[in-house]
Amino acid sequence: MIEIENVTKIYPGRRGMFGEQPPVTALSDVSLSVRPGESFGLVGESGSGKTTLTRCILRLEAPTSGRIRFDGHDFATLSPAALRAMRARIQIVFQDPFASLNPRMSVHDIVTEPMLIHRATLGLNPRAQTERAAELLDLVGLGPQYLHRYPHEFSGGQRQRICIARALAPNPAMVLLDEPTSALDVSVQAQVLNLLGDLQTRLGLTYLFISHDLGVIRYVCDRMALILRGRIVEQGETQAVFETPSSDYARMLISAMPEVAFD
Amino acid sequence: MALLDIRDLHLSMRSFDGAAHVLNGINLTVNRREVWGLVGETGCGKSLTGLSVSRLVPEPPGKYLAGQILFEGEDLLQRSEVQMQALRGTRIGMIFQDPTTNLNPAFRIGTQLVDVALSAGRRDPAVLGGARGRGARRAAEALAVAMLDKVGIPDPAARLQDYPHQFSGGMRQRVLIAMALIGRPDLLIADEPTTALDVSVQAQILRLIRGMVDEFDMGVVMITHNLGVVAQSCTHVAVMYAGNIVESGPVRAVLTGPQHPYTRALLQAIPTRGVVRGALKGLAGSVPNLITPPPGCRFAPRCTRAQAACRAGLPEMTGTQHRTACLFPGDRDD
Amino acid sequence: MTDIPAPPIVQESARSLSMRRALFRFRQSHLSMLGAALVILVLVIAVLGPWIAPYPDHVAGGVDTANRFKPPSWGNPFGTNELGQDVLSLVLAGTRVSVLAGLGVVVIGTLVGTLAGAVAGFAGGWWDEILMRISDLKLTVPGLILAMAVAAALGPGIVNMVIAISLSWWPGYARLVRGEVLAKKEEVFVTAARAIGASPARILFRHILPNIVSPIVVKMSLDMGFAILTVASLGFIGIGVRPPTPEWGTLLSVSRSYMPDFWWTAMFPGLAMFVAIFGFNLLGDGLRDVLDPRARR
Repeated sequence: MIEIENVTKIYPGRRGMFGEQPPVTALSDVSLSVRPGESFGLVGESGSGKTTLTRCILRLEAPTSGRIRFDGHDFATLSPAALRAMRARIQIVFQDPFASLNPRMSVHDIVTEPMLIHRATLGLNPRAQTERAAELLDLVGLGPQYLHRYPHEFSGGQRQRICIARALAPNPAMVLLDEPTSALDVSVQAQVLNLLGDLQTRLGLTYLFISHDLGVIRYVCDRMALILRGRIVEQGETQAVFETPSSDYARMLISAMPEVAFD
Repeated sequence: MALLDIRDLHLSMRSFDGAAHVLNGINLTVNRREVWGLVGETGCGKSLTGLSVSRLVPEPPGKYLAGQILFEGEDLLQRSEVQMQALRGTRIGMIFQDPTTNLNPAFRIGTQLVDVALSAGRRDPAVLGGARGRGARRAAEALAVAMLDKVGIPDPAARLQDYPHQFSGGMRQRVLIAMALIGRPDLLIADEPTTALDVSVQAQILRLIRGMVDEFDMGVVMITHNLGVVAQSCTHVAVMYAGNIVESGPVRAVLTGPQHPYTRALLQAIPTRGVVRGALKGLAGSVPNLITPPPGCRFAPRCTRAQAACRAGLPEMTGTQHRTACLFPGDRDD
Repeated sequence: MTDIPAPPIVQESARSLSMRRALFRFRQSHLSMLGAALVILVLVIAVLGPWIAPYPDHVAGGVDTANRFKPPSWGNPFGTNELGQDVLSLVLAGTRVSVLAGLGVVVIGTLVGTLAGAVAGFAGGWWDEILMRISDLKLTVPGLILAMAVAAALGPGIVNMVIAISLSWWPGYARLVRGEVLAKKEEVFVTAARAIGASPARILFRHILPNIVSPIVVKMSLDMGFAILTVASLGFIGIGVRPPTPEWGTLLSVSRSYMPDFWWTAMFPGLAMFVAIFGFNLLGDGLRDVLDPRARR
């Protein structure tokens, strides 16, 4: 589905009045491949480069070197129109459901916006867009009666469902989940995780699930990778990584997991 | 005498929509060397309980309707703001979730730590080893270095000269913990102390707090939404729901044999080892609006076990060590 | 799906609820309410002024030399001026000119400033440099002096004066809007819009600008008073509105030669200005407290 080959991202240093800042290497030689229909977990702590990687995948930024291919197409060689069409195929759900919805837009406008932008590819007239928005709200467990409400009327978990509905609107093949449950209570987290699993089976989605919570990754992902200071330090089947971690970093993270267990 | 004894505390918060009864009769006793985890969903009143102990709930809109907060037998609700200031930071230490907002950016952290140590020394000369005058300042500086070392900041003597922005988030949280502990508080209120931190740092900080409890003979109230953190670092736990404590007791007893359906639901929502995909149980619904709370047991509307009796009146806490406020307790699903 | 979250119980629409909330907070402050009352009074007079003036012919330029410099009385509550005109009528009629000119200045300044600030903040780079340096340039010259120079070059007249003042007015809005746009650009929902492929224009007009309306409205309201004062100042120094068109600054300017003996000729236009400016400032403060609660408390 998506192949990331030897991606390096270096932010150039700045020369200011008070001295120079050295260039920052956010990603160095990262290679990953996510297979169609799987959930791939990417685990890293703050500053590990996982956010930079999502920005490169979404083409919000261009990698300094290396290639990212989606469905066999190299992003860097696509025409602007083709890139735009490609954008519909990869969607993202962000961590903070309170910040990722425009407070001045109704749920209807939020969910139909991707359909409006990609109407060339999707070919939906305004009425069909509204109908689809209602279906999507049903799909994420909210119900169409919320179409004309505004984000501040919803709880964190409900907002995250709206974000998921928006991500599903342009019929994506792949969804990046950037810490989608970190801001939620554990009771709500469980609901959202189950919803995501449900949607994956129903719609055949591919997930790239980014989290710092190993418990969540273990529950959701088929395969996983650990990223530390811009480098992938371990990659493999989730179960194998948990049972027989090969890197010190993985062992340290697993032992530091706050589990509800007494021995 | 207990270090902290909260008795039947009622707090209401006034807002545009009306007065919300956010703490509805809290009873909590914390002894020295006990680490109490206070858990529950967002909006259950756990942070307000912590803030009440340090009297940091703004009044108005907050208003204490009834109850006492006894700190070594003395009711903190009767104390004036000036008297509270003398307690805060010295006898009652506080750590908050966001380390960026609680350090003054304009002063070196050394200055800030030494100030706290000096004021603690004025109250209790033993903190600075009985030193006075210039000797007190030297002792306070030595203490600051020792505290930073203890919280795991490398090269502490040199870092005293640094400003808060020169520290990373995790390091800043450690500085705050050092600052909370430098006055040797008897009671530490830690509100989500590790939520903003990476897992690896979190484990270190929790170990640190746990180690200091015995060393300084402290009592701790740790507010968190993470039951894993509770299991790893607390001796006791109190589960809060909509302004009530619904279950409390020694941490192992509560987490391995939860009696209240809410505690059970929280535990079942955690993706622990061996839970297969799709088997996690979410808890439907949300914390009720506390302006017009549901009658009787406030958890009844979300409870699978609720019956008519549950809606008749608020259940009392029953039990001795492991206590729960439920008419139909039990650690099995029906 | 078994885990359907409980629907929030809301009877009325969110918009009306948040409006009621805002109104509630606004009404908590007596000063805000006083400001709103004064502004409404001024606006009503601005609309009805010429019709409720007791001596409409004086407003049109008619004189009554027999009744020069009459002190305030029941017939002429504000007295009469050097031409025997009723000061109350002139002040009432002058409201329209002053308020319209002030409004014109603020609206033009807002439009130009918002456009410049939005482009500078959103496009960044050279656009930002050029627009912001121009606005810096404007800020180095005192607004009134610049307006005087431009008004002198364009010639007298209300429209020219409004244009002249607006030219010195927009940089304030440009700076405000640029700052707000820069801040909103980093919001997650803007990144989310970019990720779904939204065009820059869409991001600016649909996602960023609607979210910075509040500070602009607050600034407009706070600026209204000062704009009215500036209009009056130009009238006072004689390069704004010319007599016989009644305008507060011009009225004040003419009557200064008759101070202090015929104090009422200057006092009442001045009082009118005071009331209008005071009202708009109080309203602006109140709006700021409601719309932008971070600024206070």
